Amino acid sequence: MTAATADDATRRDFLYVASGAMGGVAVAAVAWPLIDQMNPSTAALALSSVEVPLDSIQVGQGITVKWRGQPLFVRRRTPEEIAKARAVDVASLPDPLANNDSLPENAPATDANRTTKPEWLVLKGVCTHLGCTPTISTPTDVQGEYGGWLCHCHGSQYDTAGRIRKGPAPRNLEVPPYAFLSDTRIKVG
Amino acid sequence: MSGPSTYNPKSGIEKWLDTRLPLPRLLHDTMNTFPTPKNLNFWYVFGGILTFCLAVQIVTGIVLAMHYKPDAALAFGSVEKIMREVNYGWLIRYVHANGASMFFLAVYIHMFRGLYYGSYKAPRELIWIIGVLIYLLMTATAFFGYVLPWGQMSFWGATVITNFFSAIPLVGTHISTWLWGDFAVGDATLNRFFSLHYLLPFVIAAVVGLHIWALHVPGNNNPLGIDVKSPQDTVPFHPYYTIKDGFYLVLFVIFFSLFVFYAPEFFGNADNAIEANPLVTPPEIVPEWYLLPFYAILRSIPNKLLGVIALGAAILVLAFIPWLDTSRVRSCRFRPTMKWLFWFFVVDCLILGYCGSQPVDAVLAGIPLVLVARFGTAYYFGFFILLMPLVGLFETPKPLPASISQPVLGE
Amino acid sequence: MTHLPLRLALAGSLGLSLAFGAASAHTMDTHRLPPKKEEFSFEGPFGTYDRGALQRGFQVYKEVCGACHVLQHVAFHNLSEPGGPGFSEAQAKGIAAGYKVPAEPNDKGETTDDKGERLTRPGIIADYFPNPFPNENAARANNNGNLPPDLSMIVKARRGGPQYVYSILTGFHQTPPKGFTVTKDKYYNPYYEGWNIGMPPPLQANSVSYTDGTRATVDQEARDVATFLAWASEPKMEERKQMGFSVILFLLAFAGVLFAAKRKLWADVH
Repeated sequence: MTAATADDATRRDFLYVASGAMGGVAVAAVAWPLIDQMNPSTAALALSSVEVPLDSIQVGQGITVKWRGQPLFVRRRTPEEIAKARAVDVASLPDPLANNDSLPENAPATDANRTTKPEWLVLKGVCTHLGCTPTISTPTDVQGEYGGWLCHCHGSQYDTAGRIRKGPAPRNLEVPPYAFLSDTRIKVG
Repeated sequence: MSGPSTYNPKSGIEKWLDTRLPLPRLLHDTMNTFPTPKNLNFWYVFGGILTFCLAVQIVTGIVLAMHYKPDAALAFGSVEKIMREVNYGWLIRYVHANGASMFFLAVYIHMFRGLYYGSYKAPRELIWIIGVLIYLLMTATAFFGYVLPWGQMSFWGATVITNFFSAIPLVGTHISTWLWGDFAVGDATLNRFFSLHYLLPFVIAAVVGLHIWALHVPGNNNPLGIDVKSPQDTVPFHPYYTIKDGFYLVLFVIFFSLFVFYAPEFFGNADNAIEANPLVTPPEIVPEWYLLPFYAILRSIPNKLLGVIALGAAILVLAFIPWLDTSRVRSCRFRPTMKWLFWFFVVDCLILGYCGSQPVDAVLAGIPLVLVARFGTAYYFGFFILLMPLVGLFETPKPLPASISQPVLGE
Repeated sequence: MTHLPLRLALAGSLGLSLAFGAASAHTMDTHRLPPKKEEFSFEGPFGTYDRGALQRGFQVYKEVCGACHVLQHVAFHNLSEPGGPGFSEAQAKGIAAGYKVPAEPNDKGETTDDKGERLTRPGIIADYFPNPFPNENAARANNNGNLPPDLSMIVKARRGGPQYVYSILTGFHQTPPKGFTVTKDKYYNPYYEGWNIGMPPPLQANSVSYTDGTRATVDQEARDVATFLAWASEPKMEERKQMGFSVILFLLAFAGVLFAAKRKLWADVH
């Protein structure tokens, strides 16, 4: 083989490799929009945080709002409920971790770590067992033994800080990321 | 698929597979070593381009169906949501919408190429007829698809086209009602059109498989229209035609991209940006450009039933071309009369298309366009039914080269 | 459809009436005039929206057009997205809060109050611009039987696009040609098909007071709102043109490499 034909072969191989590489780049570039279109749209993202006005909630009451397609519990606790939640020994809990998205993962499940302001308890209303929505106790209609929530699907019982106390659920009700915009308004998400 | 296979399985897995499901052998024989005439010119790249178009339409269509809602109350809004809210939704929809036009552009070039080089003649009649079937399926799919955005033109286009069936004596109105699922185009119609629009592309893909299978038995025709005589006349499909088709495919994609990114509404109609309103008909109902010649044929005939029959016949006649053409020579390169008649036919289709795009009562340079369309229609049918059989009998073809390699070797 | 200038249209109808006798002498070609040849920054392959015009145009929409016209497909969060008017998220939130949108059913599942009025709440960025009228009938009843069209698609939905919108807005207050009668409760506007438009002249000088000091002439307001509505019709236009530029550049390079490979490969085939 002469030097010229060897050069020729190299040039040809280079062109083939370059063509193949550019084809690969093109396919990858096309793949991204096709994948990304399945991610939440800007409409879904615009709903990824909600603002909840608190001024209409009386002590001892709560509301349920929709956040990211799931129920969100916002509860204004009575002093008794707070005291009851604080009296619990964290070590005795089935799930000793706070499960608060605003705190480190290993934060203990003290009542203080479950709230930002003691009076206000903000929880994702999704049972950590299999995703049902637990029901809240009221003075006339007590749910479970701990004065908090009872999940009717499989009987998980949560206390007045939303911590799991009895039943199959493995974790405390999740505290979503939220912040107080003012004394009477929070932003969740 | 035809002729002895040159596939030689090397690895253990290939041998194992070859005795069970010889897929690698099929791919090797059809896409790798397949002997292809070496003189295929530019006009032969559109087969590959069409495969690409079909793939693009299916992929973008599946994606759009993830966001689209086939409900008369929601459809229009869901399309706008795709355009505004879904990540890259505007891109995917513009590719799909302009892709339909690109698909038809490519298919028309492909069909005219087949017509010019006599690719429908024995032994390739079935390739051609399957091709006509693909074209019919494409037209139906495009029609169903155009209804889905549920704009004014979608709605009224659907109304006009489905009313064709009401021209059928006795049962016509029942057929229209059956197609609509209501007493007019409405929610039920939209929902079923969506179902069919999703189904038909996969039918097309299957028929394209048959088309390519039928092609691989006799092999490609070529611009000279003469048979392959020796291995010297051919080159292996890969890399010769993969690279060549690839190059032209990229050029085609550039052309495609210019529309998608810089003139996405070029083929669109402003009225389709208005949500469907069954109480208001737009001043002019114009079909998509690729149906305009047929629309002109329909309108050139003053009788409703006859117009619809002419429309159907204009497509159906294509299936009989292999027997209407009586010439012994395939390629128009060697047919001095047919060559001219062919180019007249191309111009005729363009004129018919122009007539179809204009209002019924339009006048150009003092001539009513409906008259022009009538002459155009006459030539359209005359070309196939009279000229093709007669010219084939009386024309003296130019002498054919001895082989594909000969004209080059003779130089 | 003829798009001839008015003079030619009149001449044409005169010619027709001569040709076909006196019977058609009363018909007049009232096809709309071609839109004015106004130029906009967002035209052409590299054109972008003028942010100032978008923000001013939004103000015109909000304070003038929005009284009757909905902006159906635009959501408040679109206002702060790239390629748009360039409001901050806080501004978009403020704009949203200034609108009353239909409320979700309350605890009792009601959507109306004791008097049957629609319950409302302040808008949030995820909401779409609310309709100024509760339904089509109410819209017609308030507008002499005319339905003000949705403006979020108007630039796409009219031949002539932004120029059409601009021409309509600046096409009022002209003297109709002799022999043309303006219908009761309609207004003469030769850029509108049929020349009788149901919309009263919407813009006056100083219809809005611009915060950036721009003088609010009718012409300026019309240009600004046409720009804003062009964006409302196609909020992804800038992204589209930018992406197109890189895509085509890449494809040209790709085509070049493939062409070289093809030429090299086929050089040996005779």
